[in-house]
Formats: sequence, structure tokens, C-alpha cells
Amino acid sequence: MIVLLIRDLRLAVRSGGGFGLGLAFFLLVAVLVPLAVGPQADLHARIAAGILWLGALLSCLLSLDRIFALDHEDGSLDLLATSPIPLEGVAAVKALTHWLVTGLPLTVLAPALGVLLNLPPDGYLWLFLSLLAGTPALSVIGTFGAALTVGLKRGGLLLSLLVLPLYIPTLVFGAEVARRGAEDLAIGVPLALLLAVTMGSIALLPFASALVLRINLR
Amino acid sequence: MELRVTDLACARGGMIVLQDVCLQLRAGQALLLRGPNGAGKTTLLRTIGDLQKPITGTIDAPEDSIAYAAHQDGLKATLTVRENLQFWARIYRRHMGDVLQRMNLQVLADRPAQSLSAGQKRRLGLARLLVTGRPIWLLDEPTVSLDAASVALFGDVLRGHLADGGMALIATHIDLGIKADVLDISPFRAQHSVPQAGFEEAFL
Amino acid sequence: MSIWEYANPKKFMQTSGLLLPWVTGLAAIALVVGLIWGFFFTPADYRQGATVKIIFLHVPAALMAINGWLMMLVASLIWLIRRHHVSALSAKAAAPIGMTMTLIALVTGAIWGQPMWGTWWAWDPRLTSFMILFLFYLGYIALWHAIEDPDTAADLTSVLCMVGSVFAILSRYAVLFWNQGLHQGASLSMDKTQHISNVFWFPLIVCMGGFVLLFVALLLLRTRTEIRARRLQALLLRERMA
Repeated sequence: MIVLLIRDLRLAVRSGGGFGLGLAFFLLVAVLVPLAVGPQADLHARIAAGILWLGALLSCLLSLDRIFALDHEDGSLDLLATSPIPLEGVAAVKALTHWLVTGLPLTVLAPALGVLLNLPPDGYLWLFLSLLAGTPALSVIGTFGAALTVGLKRGGLLLSLLVLPLYIPTLVFGAEVARRGAEDLAIGVPLALLLAVTMGSIALLPFASALVLRINLR
Repeated sequence: MELRVTDLACARGGMIVLQDVCLQLRAGQALLLRGPNGAGKTTLLRTIGDLQKPITGTIDAPEDSIAYAAHQDGLKATLTVRENLQFWARIYRRHMGDVLQRMNLQVLADRPAQSLSAGQKRRLGLARLLVTGRPIWLLDEPTVSLDAASVALFGDVLRGHLADGGMALIATHIDLGIKADVLDISPFRAQHSVPQAGFEEAFL
Repeated sequence: MSIWEYANPKKFMQTSGLLLPWVTGLAAIALVVGLIWGFFFTPADYRQGATVKIIFLHVPAALMAINGWLMMLVASLIWLIRRHHVSALSAKAAAPIGMTMTLIALVTGAIWGQPMWGTWWAWDPRLTSFMILFLFYLGYIALWHAIEDPDTAADLTSVLCMVGSVFAILSRYAVLFWNQGLHQGASLSMDKTQHISNVFWFPLIVCMGGFVLLFVALLLLRTRTEIRARRLQALLLRERMA
């Protein structure tokens, strides 16, 4: 399975663009929001944590349809399904790859964008940590959505429609941690719940993804 | 070591296309599947390759013995020929050995797969079979876009595989120059007199 | 004679054909009686005035919005385990009904909320949960429509329904955590003492019964349509393959 991870990372690096685009989109969100809501710094400070979480979530969404689509188009998904590695493993590796090329860079970039949105000083650490704890769930849930729509010609919009409602718990808890962190409130409970959602998703959803992939490959 | 398919029925798009398929392959044997387009050759191969479940019947083969080659080669355009092949070798936990030479790909080894011609891609796709080390090959139209020389080359590789005790089930209309039995699958075409729970027929 | 015999499309068509007029009739009677009773023969609430009477639409619709999803979940499980087409098709048929019920609950809630809370919409946990439920229905229906092969569509939507149910429950608690809310407590519960007096309680029960029957009637009707559509498709397939 590590072989698959290495191959997918190599493909992501060679094809370029892939993760750069997500980051660029994230930057755009952080620039457009102040333009939309007006230049008041105190308003930005209040909404910064939520906006950055939403921006990260939407950037994550952008690259989801590529998770399986490319392998499906060139036939390697069929071949992987008949190979010795279990399909559950394939789904888990795909989610991990997606997180490494999308979720992790977004997490690292988010504090930098916090400066643009006048995030309070206390908020940076918690914004970073909440994204670090929450983005893996976004990748795993997104992989499930991608597996659902893998055979469809124009699955992109449908994928968003299916995945966004599933993102709600992660978004609520994650943004709550970041917001409370910025306002210097206790973050213990939402952080624990966020971690619970993430770990539960990581533990169970690869099985659902593999089940759905098998149905789609038939 | 043998592959035995008994009373197999398989479906495509909710309709049962083949039923009562029986076939048997012993070590060193090859079987050519014949039948008009849409007869169910691909469906049969995908069922035996465990990409879809049979409706009824059994497929007996030793565990981890089947390698499936589809219409598409599963190549990554940005990886080189060597990297593509190495990936599959590692997935199957094996070494590449002299596979590049045997499929006459060594001069192309460091070219990215996107720069290959259709026939060269196909050769690379078939080379993948060799690195799997699996004895039973399921081949779906393996010679598409191969030129005469490559067909002959592939025929040699196939003969070598059979001589080593391998087996092959091949859907093709081209003479590969190997000694093989022919199985016409048209007689197995499903009759509509078999309404079965869970299929479109249940609605009729 | 087991219950699974009704899973045969032909048997289902026969039985549902017999049942449908009766269920429809009963639904109509219950709704007419319940709504007229509720609207015209109950006193105005001493705090909420006549606006309280929208409860006779709001609560039953909300009830069926949730029960509709539950029914889809059960039908999906039956399809995944026993592969009865009628089950999958009934889940498909239930989704738009459930979505409409959710919409009715949201709209009547807004109409009720305006005079009571002074706002059409508030990000109250209960309202938000229903909005989220609406989104889940939307995704489910969209997936059914996106996939051509009916069995694949049934499989995928069933898995989505199961995973979606887990995330819907998670979202419900996430939203509760997120905002404690101004919605009144549940109007009905099994274990606690009633929050509303008998004057409202009895017509409400009749209305809820009416909505359940209405749901069943619509469900039977829509499932029959789906079965006929599948039969047509099967006939066309046979034509093409013969």
C-alpha cells in the first residue's frame, strides 16, 4: 500500500497544478470575503476563524473528483481492484494522499491567511490545530463521495451536493474550536468532539468507500 | 493447478447475459473465447476475475492466481515505462526481472508513458501481466492496436507462459499463433425463461 | 405465506392496488376531520392566540419528514440484505415525499415563527436540523437521478442513506452543541407529561394519523409508478436483446 501512496504522491507532484490550485482558491476566498463584507477590521476578526474553516473546506472539495476519476479513466482502478491489495486499503491510501496534497498544505497556509483577516493573536495556534485535526475527516468523507460518483461523467457538482451535508459535523466542531480559540474560551469539548468525528470517519468510512467502489466497478 | 468454471451465470446491466457456462483450464492450456460483439465475453472475464459476483455457479481457482488485463492498460501518462511497470511489480511484491527485454520495451524504458504510441502502450500493458507472476491470465482483446510483429512477440510470450505451466483465457478474434482450444460462448446466451428474484425479469 | 412475498413486484402491484383506494380514503377523512376540528373547534391559546393552530400542519409534517427518512433507511437495508426490488423502489419513491414534508415543516415553521419570535428564520438547532435534513434528501434524490443503471443506483443510494443517517444524527448533535436555541421543547413525548392540553391533543393525533396515512398512500402510488417504469424498461431491454 505504501507503493500506491508513493505512486500517487509522485503523480501529484508531476502533474503539478493539483495542490497549487486548491491553495490559490483558499487565498482567493480569504481575499474576496473582506471585499464582500467591507473593510472593518473588528468584523474580520470576529468572522476570521469561520471564514478560514469554510475556505479550507471548499478548497478541499475542489480536488475531490480527481481522487478516483483519473484511475477510473485509464483503467487502473479495475486493475487495482484485482490486485493483492484490498480495496479498503486503496480507499484509505487515496484519502491519505488527498490529505497530504490538499489538507496538510491548507492547514499550514491557514495561519498565514489569518493575518489577512485580522485573526486575534490567540487564534493562530487553535486555527492550525483544529484544521490539523479536522482536515483528515474532510479527506476521508470526500473519498467516500468520490467513490460514490466515480462512474459518472459529470459527477463534480453532484459530488459537492452529496459531500457538503456530510461535512456539517466536522465544520461545526472545527470552526467552533477555531472560534473559541480566537476568543480565548475553553476549547476542550469541541476539540474532543472534532477528534471523535475524525477518528470515527477514518476508522469506518474506508470500508463504505470500498463497498461503493465495488458496486461502481461491477 | 486448474481453473474450473461450473454452471456460471453472469449479468450485465441487470439482465442475465450468460448462463450454464462450464469451462476448464489445466496447466499449460489456453482457451480462446469467441462470440459476436455483446455476447458477454467481457462480462464473463470480469466475473471470473472477481470484478463482479456470479449470479449462480462456481469459479474454482487457487487463491491469488488470476491476473486480469482489460481493454484499458491502466498506465499513468506522467510516469516512465519503467516506473509504471515497477509500480505493478511492487503491488504484486515481485521483481521486474527481464520483463522489459521480453516485451521489447528496454529502449523506451525511460520515456514517459504519454509519449508512447498506442501499440507501445499496449505492449507495456501486457508486460504488466508478466510482473504479476500469476499463472492464470484473463485477456480481453489483448492484441488491439498491436502490429504484426508485436502480435508475434506477444504470441511468443504467451507460449512461454503456457510452457511454464501457466493458463490463459483469451477473448480475441486474431490468430495468436498458439495452440489453443476455442470456446464459442453464443450457446450460453441466457434464455429469457429464467425469471429470477433480483433481476429485471422479476418485473416481466 | 411470508411477508417477503409482497416483495415480488407482481404480488405487490395486486395488493397495493387493493389497498390504495382504502388508504387514500382514510387519509382524506382523517385529514379533513382533524384539520377542521383543529382549525375551527379548538380555542385560541391564551399566549399564542390563533397562530397556534398551524401546529396541526407543522407537527405532523415534521413527524413524517423524519419518519420518511427512517422508512428509507429500513427499505435500503432490506434492499442491501435481501435484494428485493420493491424495497429499493419504495425508498426511491419515499424520498420526494419526505423532502416535501420537510419543506412543509420548514415553511409552516417560518409562518408560525414570524408572529411568535418576530422572525421568519432563526438559526435555532431544530430549524437548522430540518434544513440539514432537507439537504440530505436533496443529495439522496440527486444521486438516484444521476445513475442510469437502476440496480447500481439502488445500491449506491442505499449506502448513501446509511452513511447519511449517521452523519445526519451527528449533525443534529453538532447543531445542538452549536446553538442552544429558542424552539419550544417537543410537543409530544412518550415518557413525560403532556406539554399541551387535551383540547389540542386529540385533533393533533387525528392530524398525525392523517399524515401517516397520506404518506402511505403517496408512497404506494409512487412505488407503483416506479414499478411500472421498471417494467417498461425491462420490456424495452428484452426487445433490444432479443
